[in-house]
Amino acid sequence: MRALLHVIVRDLRLALRRPADIVSTLFFFVIVASLFPLGVGPDPALLRQLAPGVLWVGALLATMLSLPRLFADDFRDGTLEQMALSPNPLGLAVLGKVVAHWLYSGLPLAVLAPVLGLQFDLSTGALGVLTFSILLGTPALSGIGAIGAGLTLGLRGGGVLLSLLVLPLYIPVLIFGAGAVDAVAGGLEPQTHLALLTALSVGGVAFAPWIAALALKLALE
Amino acid sequence: MNWFKYSAPAAFYPLAGRLIPWFWRLAFVFAAAGLYIGLVAAPVDFQQGEAYRIIFIHVGAAWMSMFIYLVMAFWGGMGLAFNTRLSGMMAQALAPTGTMFAFLSLWTGAFWGKPMWGTWWLWSDARLMSSLILLFLYIGFLALTHAIDDKRRADRAGAILLLVGVVNIPVIYFSVQWWNTLHQGASVSVKGSSMAVIMLWGMLLVALAMWMYTIAVALTRARIIILEREWRADWVQTLSNPESAGGTAGN
Amino acid sequence: MLEADNLECTRGEQRLFQGLEFRLGAGELLFLKGENGAGKTSLLRMICGLLPPGAGEIRWQGENIHHLAGDYRAAFCYLGHANAIKEELTPLENLRCAAALAGTSLPESLAFDALAQVGLADRADLACRYLSQGQKRRVALARLVCDNRALWVLDEPFVALDARAVAWLRDLIGAHVAAGGLTVMTTHQPVDMPSVQTRELRLAA
Repeated sequence: MRALLHVIVRDLRLALRRPADIVSTLFFFVIVASLFPLGVGPDPALLRQLAPGVLWVGALLATMLSLPRLFADDFRDGTLEQMALSPNPLGLAVLGKVVAHWLYSGLPLAVLAPVLGLQFDLSTGALGVLTFSILLGTPALSGIGAIGAGLTLGLRGGGVLLSLLVLPLYIPVLIFGAGAVDAVAGGLEPQTHLALLTALSVGGVAFAPWIAALALKLALE
Repeated sequence: MNWFKYSAPAAFYPLAGRLIPWFWRLAFVFAAAGLYIGLVAAPVDFQQGEAYRIIFIHVGAAWMSMFIYLVMAFWGGMGLAFNTRLSGMMAQALAPTGTMFAFLSLWTGAFWGKPMWGTWWLWSDARLMSSLILLFLYIGFLALTHAIDDKRRADRAGAILLLVGVVNIPVIYFSVQWWNTLHQGASVSVKGSSMAVIMLWGMLLVALAMWMYTIAVALTRARIIILEREWRADWVQTLSNPESAGGTAGN
Repeated sequence: MLEADNLECTRGEQRLFQGLEFRLGAGELLFLKGENGAGKTSLLRMICGLLPPGAGEIRWQGENIHHLAGDYRAAFCYLGHANAIKEELTPLENLRCAAALAGTSLPESLAFDALAQVGLADRADLACRYLSQGQKRRVALARLVCDNRALWVLDEPFVALDARAVAWLRDLIGAHVAAGGLTVMTTHQPVDMPSVQTRELRLAA
C-alpha cells in the first residue's frame, strides 16, 4: 500500500514539475471541441445534438495524447528497470502510475468538460452528467491505455501504433459515456450508462495494470 | 499420441508438409459442393432476387473472421502459458487470413447491402459495426507484431494483445448492440424464420471450404516462418543440403 | 550463494554465450571481462532476472531466482547503464524515491549523509537537470552508501567518474565485500581491489 502511494505521489510530483504537458493536453481538448462547430456549421440545435459525442471523442483523443509518455521517460532513464526490480510486483507500480495518470489527465478533462459543454448550449442536467461520465469513464481509458503504452514501449512509430491498438478498445467507454449524456438530453435516466461506465473503469483499473506489467517486462528484456 | 512432440518446429515442419495437400483437396471439394448449392441448386429468393446469393460467401467469411481471431487468441494463450515457439508462429500465420476474411465479410456485406438497404453502409447495423471493429483489431495485431524486431517479444506482445482483444470483444459487441438499439429500432435481419434447409447446407459447406483453405494456407505460412526463424538450426540445414547432414552446417 | 549453471544467451539471431557457469560465495567479488558485445550487460540483466536465460538457471541460496521472485529482488541492488535519476527531482528526492521503490525508507538525514559522501552536499536541493554527467552518476552511486542488501550488481560503475570518485567507489565496494557481501560487476578500467577475494569470468565474443 505504501509502495503504491509512493508511486502515485512521485508521478504526480513529476507531472506538476512540468505543467506544460498537462496544460497542452487540455488545450488540445479545447481546440478539438472548438473545431467541430467550424466543420459542421453553427446551428445550435445540431451542435447540441453533437456535443456529447464531440466532447467524449475529444476527451478520448486528449487521453491518447498523454499516453506515450506514461512509461517512456521511466524507460529511458532506467527507473522502469528499478521498478521491475523492486521487491513489490511491477503491476503495483503500474497501478500507481495509472492512478496518477488519471489524476493529471482524466480529472482535469472532467473539470474542463462542462465549460466546453456550455459553448455547445447543453442543459444544466446534461452538463452535470457529462462531467460525471467523464469522471467515471476516464479511469478505464488510463487503464486500457497503459496496456497499449506497455506493448508499444520503445518501438519506432510507437505513438501512432498506440492509437491503432487502443482506440478500438475505447469504443465501449465512448458509447456508454456519450450515451449517458444523450440519455439525459433525451429526457431519460442515465443511471444504467453510468453504472456500466463504472463497471468498465473498475475492471480496467483492477486488471489492466497487471497485463501492462507483463507487456513492460517484455519491453525490458 | 504425444501432441507436445509436434509443438517443436523440427517435428511440426514435415508433418505440416504432409498435411497441406490434403487440406487443399478438401477445400476444393467443399467449395465446389457449397458453390453448386449456393449458386445453382438454391432457389431464387422471391423478395431479394439473385443478389441474396452473396450471403453464401458473406456468412462464411464473417464466421471465419471471428473463429480465426479466437484460434489466434488460443495460440497466444498457449504461447504465454507454455512458452512454446510454435504458438506464436501459428498466430502469425493465421493473422493475414483472418484479416482477409474480416475485410471480405465487410466488402460482401456492403455489396449485399446496396440492393437490400439501398446503401453501401449502414451505421445502424450492429453486425457491420462489430465486423469493422474486428478488422481494426486484426490490423492492430499485424501492426504491432511487425513493428517489433525481436521475434520473441513480437510473439508475446501479440499474444497479450490477442487475449486483451478476446476479453474485450464481448464487451465491445454488447456496447455496439446497446448503442444500436438506442439510436434505431431493430436492424435489418438477414435470417428470415423460414430459411430453407438447402441454403443452410450451402453456407455450411462454403464455411467448411474456408476452414480447409485457412488451415492449408496457415500451415504453409507457418512452414515459411519456421524456415525464416530457424534457418541456423541443424535440421533446417539438413533439409536444404542433405549431403552435409549434421556436419559443420550448424556452426 | 549465487550460482549459475549452463547459461545460454541469444540476442536476436546472435548467440552470445552458452554453457556458462559460475559460483560466488559471501565475501566474494566477480569481475566480468570481455569485449564490447560479448554479453556482459546481458549476463548482468540475467542475474537480475530482467532477461530470461535461453537455457540453464541462476540460483540464489540454492533456489531458482524466478521462483524466489520478490524475495530475491529484495536481496540485491542493480545499477545499470542508465542512472535511474529523474531530472525534475533533486538528488535528495531521487535517493529517497529509489529507496521507496526498493521497499525501504530512507530518512532525509541519512540521504543527506550519503550525498555528502559523494561530494554533493551543496547540490542536494538542486534539480538534477542542472548536474553534470559525472555528478548524476554520483547521485546514482550514492544509493549504494545506505544500501545493506547482500548482492550488488554493477554495470560499469566507474564510467564518468573522476579519480577521487573512482577511489571512493573502490573502497565502498571493498568494504561491502569485506563485510560479507557479494558483488558482480563489469568494468573496462583496470581497478585493483587488493584486499578482497576476487574472481574473474571472461566472456569470449
